[in-house]
Amino acid sequence: MQEKSVLLRVENLKVYYELKKFGLIHVGYVKAVEGVSFTLNKGEALSIVGESGCGKTTLAKTILGLIRPFAGKVVFDGKDITQLDRKARLWYSSQVGFVQQDPYGALPPFMTVKRILQEPMLIHGIRDPKEQMARMTKILTELKMTPVEDFLGKFPHMLSGGQQQRVVIARATILNPKLIVADEPVSMLDASVRVEILQLLRQLQKEHGIALIYITHDLSTVSYFSERIIVMYAGWVVEEAPTQKLLDNPLHPYTKALLEAISDPTAENLKTFKRVPPGEPPNLVNPPSGCRFHPRCEMRIDGLCDKEKPEYFWIDDQQRVLCWLYKR
Amino acid sequence: MSSILRGLKELKNYPSAMVGLAIIAFLVVLSIYTVITIPYSEAVKLWRGADQIWIENPRFARPVFFDWFTPKKLARTIIVDSRNNPNAKIVNQYGEDVEIIITLEFDFLYDEFPTEITLFMNKKIPGSDMYATFYWETPDGRRINLRRGSIKTRDSYEISQDTALRRRLGGKDAHVGLFSAGDNKKPLKGKYRFVIEAVSFDPEDDLDVRLIVYGTIHGIAGTDHLRRDLKIALFWGAPIALIFGLLAAVGTTALTMLIAAIGVWYRGVVDGLIQRITEVRMILPTLVILIMVGMFYSRSIWVILGTVVVLGVFGSGIKVYRAMFLQVREMPYIEAAQAYGARGGRIVFKYMLPRIIPMLIPAFVTEVPAFVFLEATLAFLGISDPVVPTWGKILYDAQSKGALYMGHYYWVVIPSVLLIITGLGFSMLGFALDRIFNPRLRRM
Repeated sequence: MQEKSVLLRVENLKVYYELKKFGLIHVGYVKAVEGVSFTLNKGEALSIVGESGCGKTTLAKTILGLIRPFAGKVVFDGKDITQLDRKARLWYSSQVGFVQQDPYGALPPFMTVKRILQEPMLIHGIRDPKEQMARMTKILTELKMTPVEDFLGKFPHMLSGGQQQRVVIARATILNPKLIVADEPVSMLDASVRVEILQLLRQLQKEHGIALIYITHDLSTVSYFSERIIVMYAGWVVEEAPTQKLLDNPLHPYTKALLEAISDPTAENLKTFKRVPPGEPPNLVNPPSGCRFHPRCEMRIDGLCDKEKPEYFWIDDQQRVLCWLYKR
Repeated sequence: MSSILRGLKELKNYPSAMVGLAIIAFLVVLSIYTVITIPYSEAVKLWRGADQIWIENPRFARPVFFDWFTPKKLARTIIVDSRNNPNAKIVNQYGEDVEIIITLEFDFLYDEFPTEITLFMNKKIPGSDMYATFYWETPDGRRINLRRGSIKTRDSYEISQDTALRRRLGGKDAHVGLFSAGDNKKPLKGKYRFVIEAVSFDPEDDLDVRLIVYGTIHGIAGTDHLRRDLKIALFWGAPIALIFGLLAAVGTTALTMLIAAIGVWYRGVVDGLIQRITEVRMILPTLVILIMVGMFYSRSIWVILGTVVVLGVFGSGIKVYRAMFLQVREMPYIEAAQAYGARGGRIVFKYMLPRIIPMLIPAFVTEVPAFVFLEATLAFLGISDPVVPTWGKILYDAQSKGALYMGHYYWVVIPSVLLIITGLGFSMLGFALDRIFNPRLRRM
């Protein structure tokens, strides 16, 4: 891979939330993201999957610059975004778009669609009404919200969930960003509009050459979407592989368990009993020693997995896994 | 903003809100009428009561409408002026001397004794010698010699204060004795005459007199111990109460909200400082601080208003709004705004405050009467602007002159009723607004 085409490089990123007693005394950290590294090329779509509480959303917010990392680097277009000054942060905020989970909560309820779409432009100095109108018309047309004039005057509560999420996507892309971070963009929508929204997002991403980080707990939607998948567990990246490869040949026991859990609407499901990993996600204040997955892992190697932290093993130049089983 | 307009349109479904609005509209119309007809400087001058402006008014007179609710005919003030009755004066020249006889006639048809009788006299030539005898003629034909004496250039004869006359009337006050026949408890109705026979030793001399028989009712609001027409203070009380209440409510709610939002957004030291100031402030008694400011610094209504706002800002409101803003702060749209580059000031003003404003409107309206009452309370305690006539000031005067003990109910009741309906109007509107803007309450 050429360094030139790399848009985003995350290096050994650690995000900790400090725990305090009486608001003063330090008692520990919630280690939400621990040593995450990956790269994202220009125009590439990457999925990050994992169960609730595994640090996906924290990772997304750190990439967006909303949370300061404890350690590590997030390098975007050659600049470490954790070290930016005020002006550069403003520039960075025009380069990334954010699509959130709850479309209604993501839109200020007291603003019209027009005002919502104007806000990012006003912040970034696009004040010419004609230019603003042109951009709004273009993006809403691409998102199939036509006639545009009908939507501009509406308040978020007058729109359906799918329309709200399209406004959110429009707002995220109106500044022509190079990267969009979509944090579970369809999990709160009706099943009927999920595919439509995902297709619109994918289409937008391909047409404009935008890189996309798609965060989800739902493996059944990632195949639509991305070239690569990162699987996270308890703040670690446990497996990284091209999408098809991972779906066909999962290596990490946790990835396997996740894939098992996908529901396909077939009658077979009635007869089979799904094997899901027992137990709950670990406490991130005092994570388990050794491999963080070992208490739930059926294939653990006693004396190794519970003692020593695993390393990444590269299966080929595209797939890596954080598990002692693949030690060579 | 359109949600606010929609809410306001919904008001017409609430009868209580319409009553409240009607009361507020009445107060606003009254205020505008007052400010136009009695300009501020005029009101201040009238209320100060210098230069005997009120000399023709009775003391402690009840409002005229008392007359409508009693079978008795209550006494009104009678003013008889020799200048208005050319026939009243007879001037006889005797060489170097001049004799002036003035006869003032008036009908007294009331069922009550007057409260006071005073004669005002104006002599033409200053420094001349003039002597006069005063007579009183009753409808039943008696002629009472009141007094004999010299007249100065500008002179007055307070007949009710004449102790010699009182002795001659058998210990009765002149305004009772002169109007009664025998031991009758009721005044004698009919035509009374007041006669002055004056002699001057300057042939050019002339005399004009004005007799005032003070009644027991006056004007639409009555008068106080200084003969001032209470109308001035009752009318001017309305604009002052409204302005004070509205400015204090707007000032405190807007500033409280802003400071709470800033504290919530910037957290840390800023929030801590705001919270500690608020907690310390909440321990300090507002009223005592206001009284001290009034005693030792200034009683100007603007200084008091400023103090009320400053004390009100760091009050329990901060805690309430803070709780609301802590919720708003965590909303995804704030995070989204940060992601597209919005910073502190913009987030506070464009994203946090508009979210709370609909909830603020009813709070603001219901807070108005609290400040109106606070202003009246301070005035009642003697902390009020020395020149501005207000409702609280009437109550203060009434209290200090023992109005209730003396039976002058009108003096206390009318300003109190005005205060109460002001509070009622804003409260009724505020509660309806609360139901509209906090729909959770609608079901209860």
